[in-house]
Amino acid sequence: MSAAREGWFGAFGGRFVAETLVPALEELDRAYREVVSQKAFQDEWRAMLASYVGRPTPLGRAHRLQVPGIGTLLLKREDLCHTGAHKINNALGQVLLAKRMGKQRIIAETGAGQHGVATATACAVLGLPCEVFMGELDVARQAPNVARMKMLGARVIPVTSGSRTLKDAMNEAMRDWVTHVATTYYCVGSAAGPHPYPSLVRDLQRVIGEEARAQSLAELGRLPDAVVACVGGGSNAIGIFAAFLDDKDVALFGVEAAGHGVDTDKHAATLTRGRVGVLHGSKSYVLCDDDGQIIEPHSISAGLDYPGVGPQHAELHASGRARYLSATDDEALAAVREVARKEGILIALETAHAFAALPEVAKTLGGADRTVIVNVSGRGDKDLSTLLDRLELP
Amino acid sequence: MSRIATAFAEHKPLLVAYLCVGDPSVEASFDIARALLDAGADMLELGAPFSDPTADGPVIARASQRAIERGSSMRAAIEVGARIRKSSNAPLVLFGYANPIVVRGERETVKRVADAGIDAMLVVDLPPEEGQDLRDEARVRSVDIIPLLTPTSSESRIAAAKKVASGFVYYVSVAGVTGATTTDPFDDAARAAARMRAAIGLPVVIGFGIDSADKAKRAAAGADGVVVGTAIVRAIEEAGGDVSRACANAANVVRGIRAGLRAG
Repeated sequence: MSAAREGWFGAFGGRFVAETLVPALEELDRAYREVVSQKAFQDEWRAMLASYVGRPTPLGRAHRLQVPGIGTLLLKREDLCHTGAHKINNALGQVLLAKRMGKQRIIAETGAGQHGVATATACAVLGLPCEVFMGELDVARQAPNVARMKMLGARVIPVTSGSRTLKDAMNEAMRDWVTHVATTYYCVGSAAGPHPYPSLVRDLQRVIGEEARAQSLAELGRLPDAVVACVGGGSNAIGIFAAFLDDKDVALFGVEAAGHGVDTDKHAATLTRGRVGVLHGSKSYVLCDDDGQIIEPHSISAGLDYPGVGPQHAELHASGRARYLSATDDEALAAVREVARKEGILIALETAHAFAALPEVAKTLGGADRTVIVNVSGRGDKDLSTLLDRLELP
Repeated sequence: MSRIATAFAEHKPLLVAYLCVGDPSVEASFDIARALLDAGADMLELGAPFSDPTADGPVIARASQRAIERGSSMRAAIEVGARIRKSSNAPLVLFGYANPIVVRGERETVKRVADAGIDAMLVVDLPPEEGQDLRDEARVRSVDIIPLLTPTSSESRIAAAKKVASGFVYYVSVAGVTGATTTDPFDDAARAAARMRAAIGLPVVIGFGIDSADKAKRAAAGADGVVVGTAIVRAIEEAGGDVSRACANAANVVRGIRAGLRAG
């Protein structure tokens, strides 16, 4: 492999955007390099993570949930973060950065609404106006999060173009940004998009992995055999993976949304079934046809319903450092129910994909007594209407 | 001399007309292209519809969606270019997004473009730092890759564009998407275009938001040409799928702009 180009992860990444946005990305890249690593910024952000978000989140042993081949199942409880998912780690960091850059307005895209709620929350507490672009379909299926964003003072803008889901929300956010680039900060929610977003978001989510690694060493006296996380754009996964990348004996598993199945045309398993292309500013894997038109993905989980994936995941997939599995809608639904009944935790549909893949993870690892960390990326209250619709409850 | 260089030498200012290939159908786009040239367009931008056109406003985004539903694509836009080339010497520019090119292969796409007799490519989301394979192949096959500059472009961005530019430079009049008309930046754009022509040493055209003879005239005061896109696409949309009306509407837009440029 050639020497690393800035903003590239092997053959993936880069900055594929309209020229108007290049200066804004250069400005953000300077701020990212000069501010984010500074003690003053780190102190302020980490103090808020502790006193406002509730970090560190626990790494707890599963009580009753059992998976053959896994002796110790550890749950990294990001669902216990303020606002109910890992998204707040990134949103707080970026809105703090935006303030230091002198930006007057924050925009964001959201799928499941978790990043929208997190950004609206960060803007409320830090005192900046917030507008969130959300696909019309997601507005309908994630109604509680829409209400939360409005309560927090954010404006929610339903996006009616294309498939009316996450990718279209991101298109619309980019159009807004290009139009108001001087005053507006675009708070990207996933480890995707043009450089420096994939690196910036990873560094802000890396706190998950740093904690989990230290907690594993403190609790067990050793590292886990594997770390498992769901992957849409991939921010919770890259956040927890980042701290384990150099631990070659720790296997990393990302789990994509297989929707109705990866052999159907209704899934969002980008690494499993996609091809190399360019979407939303970076070169990575995408779901598209022979003509390069993006295919509308499908997942029961709005947060994984995305036809792209962060470029670092593409590199980890290509190099084999991480393995990418998938779980169907039905498997995810079953996992939500099982985790609720055995652990007393109502997990998000996104997170459920990681749990659903545990039997395959155990099979891949081999042995009878493996130690596995699952990133419980978010809680499932937002999914109740979908769950009540799809699961037969007594 | 290339067709592009010849066109800039012969026509001052140059009128560039954009159409979204496949709206209302690929066949109709060929007729519309002919109508645009007959009405006085000096150069055509053949828009290859993409499913996620983040640099385009609602008018071209809607047209792109209709075009894709009618089976259009970058491949179709190149084929329409090849057909036009059989009966016209007007410079042709393929206008599109990176994904269809990367999926097909950068070198393969440039080869097809060159074989079709298309003179240049403009890839909205491919700044000068990206697309090295595309640029290498384009140089070998004498296809110009047109860089964009914008009101946000600093000296370092102008220098970056200069390094890779050939043919001409496209100056985007506003920070915004295609069809933006809430501001009137055309006098500023004319001054910026003149400055960029001096810095880069290539002709500069101004586009985005030009929908009247007056705006075209003021933009052309500092530029070597103007691009009319959304106004044409909207005129085609208003024909509601009637191809002869679409041709007439599109031609009317071009004649209106042309009149403003002559009145200078």
